[in-house]
Amino acid sequence: MNRKLWLALPLIVFALFVLAVGWRLSSPPDPTVKSRMIGKPVPEFALPAALPAKPALASADLRRQGPRLVNLFASWCVPCIAEAPVLLDLKNRGVAIDGIAIRDTPTDIQRFLADHGDPFQRMGDDKASQVQMAFGSAGVPESFVVDASGVIRFQHVGPIMPQDVPTILAELEKAR
Amino acid sequence: MILLLALSTPAWADSAQPPAPYAYRQLEDAKQEARAKALMAELRCLVCQGQSIAESDAEMAGDMRSLVRQRIKAGESPDEVRTWLIERYGSWVSYKPTFSPETLFLYAAPLLLLLAGSLLAARRMKRRRVR
Repeated sequence: MNRKLWLALPLIVFALFVLAVGWRLSSPPDPTVKSRMIGKPVPEFALPAALPAKPALASADLRRQGPRLVNLFASWCVPCIAEAPVLLDLKNRGVAIDGIAIRDTPTDIQRFLADHGDPFQRMGDDKASQVQMAFGSAGVPESFVVDASGVIRFQHVGPIMPQDVPTILAELEKAR
Repeated sequence: MILLLALSTPAWADSAQPPAPYAYRQLEDAKQEARAKALMAELRCLVCQGQSIAESDAEMAGDMRSLVRQRIKAGESPDEVRTWLIERYGSWVSYKPTFSPETLFLYAAPLLLLLAGSLLAARRMKRRRVR
């Protein structure tokens, strides 16, 4: 056959390699870990109360009333501070928000809420991230929309910023 | 400024809380520990993607190790624990690929290569005999 084509083969392979590397460098893969629990019922759990003055959180509480926003947060999580005013805004718009405190202490949570506002109706204490993992969440902050029948409908990874509010409200409306 | 803080990776700091019960402690039963250990080497750490939870020092990896050990201790098989995690995070969480339509080619590749190789070899041998 044509010898020239055979000789050019390594060059062609190299060109393809450069193309592949160039493509991945210009559009890096998305490292966000998405939960596979969307469309599934909330996992069974019953967390102790994170604060003495606030009711605890169990999966049964999420099944009972309307669409709810479950917010996984922590007092040691800096993006959670950025998210706090937006959660307060959502609360003022009538959104029911429950909190799951990841690896936290009552003193630290109390201080966090005093500094940044308290949008939570109930709050569970997840000391070893076990419920977080049951939700398929990989970090804080993350938020889940749970509909009236207790099915997870939507996941937001990272802090909810003002520009995310319309999406969150629309998802809550859909879950009604 | 707040947004910048939110976007910077070191900002996703660790808590000051003690590690989960079985994050750095072996199971009392050596057989169970061996099974848990083997599984942990095959599970991907969620925050330090690229390391297994057995070798990562991230807090989340410790929590995952504790989850694995506690479930094994409770009598679950390593495959049940792996399935539980895959149901939540996708097959991505396991370094050992599960058999599915997506991975069919992966599992079929050795057979296909062997087949192609033997065809090539057969053709060559035939030619030599003719000569």
